[in-house]
Amino acid sequence: MYKVAVIGDRDSIYGFGALGLDTYPVTDREEGARLIKTLAEGQYGVIYITESLQAELEAEIDKYMTSYLPAIISIPGVSGNTGSGMRNVKKSVERAVGSDIIFNND
Amino acid sequence: MAKAQVNPTRMELTRLKKKLTTAIRGHKLLKDKRDELMRQFLDLVRENKTLREKVEQGILSANKNFVLARSTMQEEVLKVSLLAPKQEVYLEASRKNVMSVDIPQFDYHTKTPDINDIYSYGFAFTSSDLDDAVLSLQEILPDMLRLAQIEKSCQLMAAEIEKTRRRVNALEHVMIPELKENIKFIVMKLDENERSTQIRLMKVKDMMLEKAHHYSEKE
Repeated sequence: MYKVAVIGDRDSIYGFGALGLDTYPVTDREEGARLIKTLAEGQYGVIYITESLQAELEAEIDKYMTSYLPAIISIPGVSGNTGSGMRNVKKSVERAVGSDIIFNND
Repeated sequence: MAKAQVNPTRMELTRLKKKLTTAIRGHKLLKDKRDELMRQFLDLVRENKTLREKVEQGILSANKNFVLARSTMQEEVLKVSLLAPKQEVYLEASRKNVMSVDIPQFDYHTKTPDINDIYSYGFAFTSSDLDDAVLSLQEILPDMLRLAQIEKSCQLMAAEIEKTRRRVNALEHVMIPELKENIKFIVMKLDENERSTQIRLMKVKDMMLEKAHHYSEKE
């Protein structure tokens, strides 16, 4: 049995609380890194993270990239879509294929 | 290459030949694995892309609704209304083995079956924009969970494909040519030894005949 967490700045994530996901407002980098570590070791199967925070915590998140769980998935925050979520998908294509053949450099 | 360390013996030759057969067989299997993984990965990553576009679009419009709700409500009221959620989401994860890669399959269920439990507040003091906002998030939730499953699968498969590709390349471009070269070296060396033994024997025979019959003196 796993739970779902959402972390990021408060304004971007508080709505998810109503749906029954656990929200963890985070403001600075250090706090986020610590939080991800505790959540990943806890009973969370999926962790949604806002793109702005994800960009800051890239090193921490990459550690969980190849482990079975948790799935750390970036979502756009209230400040808008930065496209970093798509970039991650692109990154895994490049990793697997050697070059990007899905997005055709858009 | 590593020829200098090879013992040109028959035993070594048999050993290397066995190793080469294993290497070729392994190479073929790994290549098949890579191709199949790649095929599944590409399907998955295409779905990942469309799903992500959909989810990002959904979250964007939900956020717009939240901004609207915030503009018509007091910050405190908004905070209080979402303070104690009634609903909870539980996730059931099972493993699915795709070409030796364990990918997760998520199955989610909520604490209460009532769909209206996402509204954790009384309707008297909140704006209807908040209802819209929460509902729009609720609608995108199944897709979000599916996105999580697919994106994680993509990441895991990408790592496995990378690993397999390296192995295939190492076998194809390093191991197999090296083994072939070593085998060739040993075969040549053994042939050479055989020829030199033959010549030596012929020479010895000549010498013995010469000693017995004294051919050169009779001429």
